Amino acid sequence: MIELIIGKYNFWIYITLMMIGFYAMIVKGNLIKKIVGMNIFQTAVILFYISMGKVKDGTAPIIWEKAVVYDNPIPHVLMLTAIVVSVGTTAVALALVTRIYKEYGTMEEDAILDIERRQAEELRKKGSE
Amino acid sequence: MMKEHIIIGFISRLLIPFIQLYALYVIAHGDLGPGGGFQGGVIFAASIVLYAIVFGMDEGRKRFSQKLSDILSPIGVFIYGGIGLLCILAGGAYLQYGKLPLGSLKLASHLGIYGIEIGVGITVAAVMMTIFFETARRKND
Amino acid sequence: MDIAAHFPVLVIVIPLITALIIPLAGRINRSYAWYIALAVTFLCFLMSASLLNTVINTGRISYRLGGWEPPWGIEYVIDYLNGFVLVVVSFIAFIITIYSKKSAEQEIENSRIHIFYSIYVLFFTGLMGVTITGDIFNIYVFIEIMSLASYALIAVGKKRNALVASYNYLILGTIAATFILLGIGYLYMITGSLNIGDLRERLPQLYHSKVVLTAFALFTVGLSLKLALFPLHAWLPNAYSHAPSVVSALMAATATKVGAYAMLRIMFTVFKVEFDIQVVPVTKILLVLACIAIIAGSVLAIAQTNMKRMLAYSSVGQIGYIVLGAMLVNQTAMTGSILHILNHALMKGALFLVVGCVIYKTGIEDISGLKGMGKKMPYSMAAFTIAGLSMIGTPLTVGFVSKWYLAIGALKADMWYIIPVILLSSLLTAVYFWRIIEMIYFYKGSDKEAYNDAPAGMLMPTLILAGLCVFFGIAAFIPVSIAKKAAEMLLGGI
Repeated sequence: MIELIIGKYNFWIYITLMMIGFYAMIVKGNLIKKIVGMNIFQTAVILFYISMGKVKDGTAPIIWEKAVVYDNPIPHVLMLTAIVVSVGTTAVALALVTRIYKEYGTMEEDAILDIERRQAEELRKKGSE
Repeated sequence: MMKEHIIIGFISRLLIPFIQLYALYVIAHGDLGPGGGFQGGVIFAASIVLYAIVFGMDEGRKRFSQKLSDILSPIGVFIYGGIGLLCILAGGAYLQYGKLPLGSLKLASHLGIYGIEIGVGITVAAVMMTIFFETARRKND
Repeated sequence: MDIAAHFPVLVIVIPLITALIIPLAGRINRSYAWYIALAVTFLCFLMSASLLNTVINTGRISYRLGGWEPPWGIEYVIDYLNGFVLVVVSFIAFIITIYSKKSAEQEIENSRIHIFYSIYVLFFTGLMGVTITGDIFNIYVFIEIMSLASYALIAVGKKRNALVASYNYLILGTIAATFILLGIGYLYMITGSLNIGDLRERLPQLYHSKVVLTAFALFTVGLSLKLALFPLHAWLPNAYSHAPSVVSALMAATATKVGAYAMLRIMFTVFKVEFDIQVVPVTKILLVLACIAIIAGSVLAIAQTNMKRMLAYSSVGQIGYIVLGAMLVNQTAMTGSILHILNHALMKGALFLVVGCVIYKTGIEDISGLKGMGKKMPYSMAAFTIAGLSMIGTPLTVGFVSKWYLAIGALKADMWYIIPVILLSSLLTAVYFWRIIEMIYFYKGSDKEAYNDAPAGMLMPTLILAGLCVFFGIAAFIPVSIAKKAAEMLLGGI
């Protein structure tokens, strides 16, 4: 039991980080906080991959004369792509939030839904007159 | 107010060329050390963002206009696609650097990867610039 | 040098490079953007058709990127299932590109048209990439390219509801894609390989391990959100109804189909069929969810008054059919499911294009705006009627063919209680389509009924898609033969 917790502490930390990010993405109402949560979530997954690639007594996967055994370089390579995807998604999300702020004047999800609901009601009232 | 801008402005004017040189170093040493096309491109873009933050957005826009980034972004992708298609024309699969007629297999692989990294670096720098300037614009469009 | 041997990679590289040429060309003259997009989609359609032809004649194609042998290198594999979905997706994208010239001019500001087409071609690259690759991490990369392009495409119009819908879709879609990434990580951790063919060899002796179970669970949840299986469909109605008409049509006809293809690939090629039945009874769980999706989609569609929203909920129901056929795990049902990928793309594509024509001419999205359109826009409404009849499942149309195969497959699997579900949903579909058909032909419109149909550039694609609904309903042996072979290969002879 102790082996399960202490021996694999890296996985526990990354799962905790992932769940914090996931919670922020779903529960928080402010749009920017959701983006922050998304970043935490994706960064935790990236760290998870890198820690999975560690070989016992291995050095960094760069050619070095004194090295005996190297870490697995494939997770590093895959995560380069994942970091780029994360940056791209954050950029698109921020562009959307910038335009939402210009249109609605607020960044809280509840306020935006409220404005939409009121606008829909006005349209319905105008349509039924 | 002017005083702190003097110090920051002076230091950044000294440092920005070194940051750009470091960015080129990171691009070039992608296969022998940490780095590569994406990282170098972002560092290059960071230097221009620093310039824009310290000296004002209009100054930054003058140095790096929308037209320049529109022209630079495709060039990197053309280099990437072009090297791949060159490898097809030389008789191998896509991106099979070994078939390029550049000497030994090792030299051809090295130069092929080098070219691709430069292409990626150019595109990433241009795109990061566009993202920064578009997101930080003040006027309503 | 044989260029045809390089088609697998050219199908991806040419749209990718073109997507960045378009803003450059658009600076010179805005209208070049449409011509370039049209040329690229047509070229990729020709290449996909040639690839499918090669697969039918000589069998599976395998293309190694960079000359590296699998499993060390990335491999592009094309077999019957791949080739079929490639041809369907590229054809629909080409047809919708013809349609998009007039429609996009109205719904998107002129200063952004070249950017719209650039993202459009990038979305097309993502679609092609997910379908053609044989490496599991490459599927994640192309799913993300497709998703990012779709978030931007939904938000590029003039409506401001689209921004919130796109943001919502972004958050949910990123959660799904990150789950897929985690699943890939778990699979890599335990097998050390990323190639789909190689994983298929190595996984069977590891089926008892918890890592593989977790990976499978993460894949199922992530892909279910991408293909909008009930109950993870909440992003779809808002995203489809607030997007520009071209984007709704394109996404409804292609993006969910490619998600369904990815799910079939992972559930039946990476994890063999024995895993899905014996180790984890996921087929039964997804079967129940698919049945609920079919009924719920149709019921919710009846309650809508906005045309696009109604069609979006109807899509949720139809995706239930595809998953239902796949989860019945016999060859007839799987044939029906793969056929429905083609059929639903044709039907839904035609329906969304007709709605786009109506919006182009009148600007009304409500059902009540269709009163008396039968006289005013006869050709568009004829296309709508044909596609509607096809959705209900009238014989001689494509809808009937796939429902027939699904019903026979359900009988063969001894699950006769699926057949009432299919019949009930056909009935509900008839309810909401007949309501519209009645309004089109049997009510009097408000204006005088002069002929005022949509321009030819928009009518042609709509009529082509509606005509194909009938053509493939009568000459059904053409797609059925390909779908049968694909189902055989997926299920490995059950």
